[in-house]
Amino acid sequence: MGKAKYSAAGLFIRGARKKTWPRVWREAEMKESYDVVIIGGGIHGLATAYYLAKNHGITNVAVVDKAYLGSGGSGRNTAIVRSNYLTPEGVAFYDRSLDLYNTMSIDLNINVMFSERGHMTLAHTDSALRTMNWRAEVNKLQDIDSSVIGPDEIKKLAPSLDVSSDSRYPILGALYHPPGGTIRHDAVVWGYARAADTLGVDLLQKTEVLDILCEGGEDEHGKGAGGKVTGVRTSRGNISAPIVVNCTAGWASQLSNMAGVRLPITTHPLQAAVTEPVKTFLPTVVVSGSLHVYVSQTDRGELVFGASVDPVATYDMRGTLEFTEELAGHVLELMPGISKMRLLRQWAGLCDMTPDYSPVMGPTQVDGYFVDVGWGTYGFKAGPVSGEQMALSIANNNFPELIAPFDLKRFTEGELVGEKGAAAVGH
Amino acid sequence: MLFVPCPNCGPRNASDMSYGGEAHSRPDPKEASQKEWRTYLYLRDNPSGWLKENWYCSSGCRKHFQLERHTLTGELRNPPLPGSKTAGGGS
Repeated sequence: MGKAKYSAAGLFIRGARKKTWPRVWREAEMKESYDVVIIGGGIHGLATAYYLAKNHGITNVAVVDKAYLGSGGSGRNTAIVRSNYLTPEGVAFYDRSLDLYNTMSIDLNINVMFSERGHMTLAHTDSALRTMNWRAEVNKLQDIDSSVIGPDEIKKLAPSLDVSSDSRYPILGALYHPPGGTIRHDAVVWGYARAADTLGVDLLQKTEVLDILCEGGEDEHGKGAGGKVTGVRTSRGNISAPIVVNCTAGWASQLSNMAGVRLPITTHPLQAAVTEPVKTFLPTVVVSGSLHVYVSQTDRGELVFGASVDPVATYDMRGTLEFTEELAGHVLELMPGISKMRLLRQWAGLCDMTPDYSPVMGPTQVDGYFVDVGWGTYGFKAGPVSGEQMALSIANNNFPELIAPFDLKRFTEGELVGEKGAAAVGH
Repeated sequence: MLFVPCPNCGPRNASDMSYGGEAHSRPDPKEASQKEWRTYLYLRDNPSGWLKENWYCSSGCRKHFQLERHTLTGELRNPPLPGSKTAGGGS
């Protein structure tokens, strides 16, 4: 199927000739068998499929999703990217992701609206400032543009912030990370879906995985350690495949239990909200760990707010009033001038939290069953690099260097990658 | 907000409590192998359905107790009786 190349000239010509755009991806027929079945049609799943096809020539791949593409965390996150993490493992990983995001519009021929506007993490206490200094030094060692700035510079970058010393939570300083910014998350999903489809990957929407089929494992159904994957049972019939990849969030534990692999994950919702659009006044992304809030302004002028995950584990995605109240209070603490702005809507997404705030990636104790899960609140910014590294991992059936620290075995071997200091609220 | 029935204080806002996560029986640290201990520490069932979990009445009577909660609908069942630590009988 021919694909239309997106360009300004193309837009002009089609507009002038009143031509419509062709379908972006095929409505693929489900085959009986594939080389690789990827569960989850979000950024991680689609990126994995794309890099499998592009970098490794593995094109007999299906991406299955129980709803539509990008219906989970990929369409619910607050679209912020950055790489100023705390551990060397984390920094190396997220920095590679930022590189891929940088050239994505050209690579995928779709405008992802990457706005490299800078990212500021505010410190309200001495201990927070100390952690910022620590992070800045770790970042500088790894060649990441990141430094601690004082209230005067903060005021210059974001004049709407209250940096006076008489507020309840005075702003003492901030970790400033110029390469951070925002990206349109839907465009990333569509870009990967379109590119993967062009390379021959089948995108199967509204196809729910009901079971992961295994043989030879330790339990009575042949699942668990020592076994191998033979395929999946879906709501549209069975698919046989020697490799099944779990790229889901929210349902990762349930799917993984189907293969007999228990995960160190608890699922918490994270709520976000957006205001009515106003004239642009906030040029950077502003994050406050102590106040559990992060704010950015979209190109349309809406303020997007996010928070930390709700404290109680639940799969319920209903918004709550106490979240809105708390959020509004905290945002006004930072920017008292916006008290008359109205909230437009709020929503929630499911976050799979791990004990060390780092993901779980790569092969597992079941042969052919790969995971790319436990992405907590930081899955969006890691999408491209996860796809690239998971594809490498699947093609070679091993751990590439960048994801080796995120092996599931680290929990039973006691080698956790503690990112809580930089990932708990930091978006 | 979720109302959590503390066996001593009665139903209170979840924000008055500390959430302790999934309740699993703790292996004896002297007997357990490293693998068993770390499995207990880190691995979770994380069901979308009924879950037995730990709560701590941190701004009330400071009692630890267990509760059965549905993680999708938020329903509660078998609340602990006054004086007891574990969820009520039957299920």
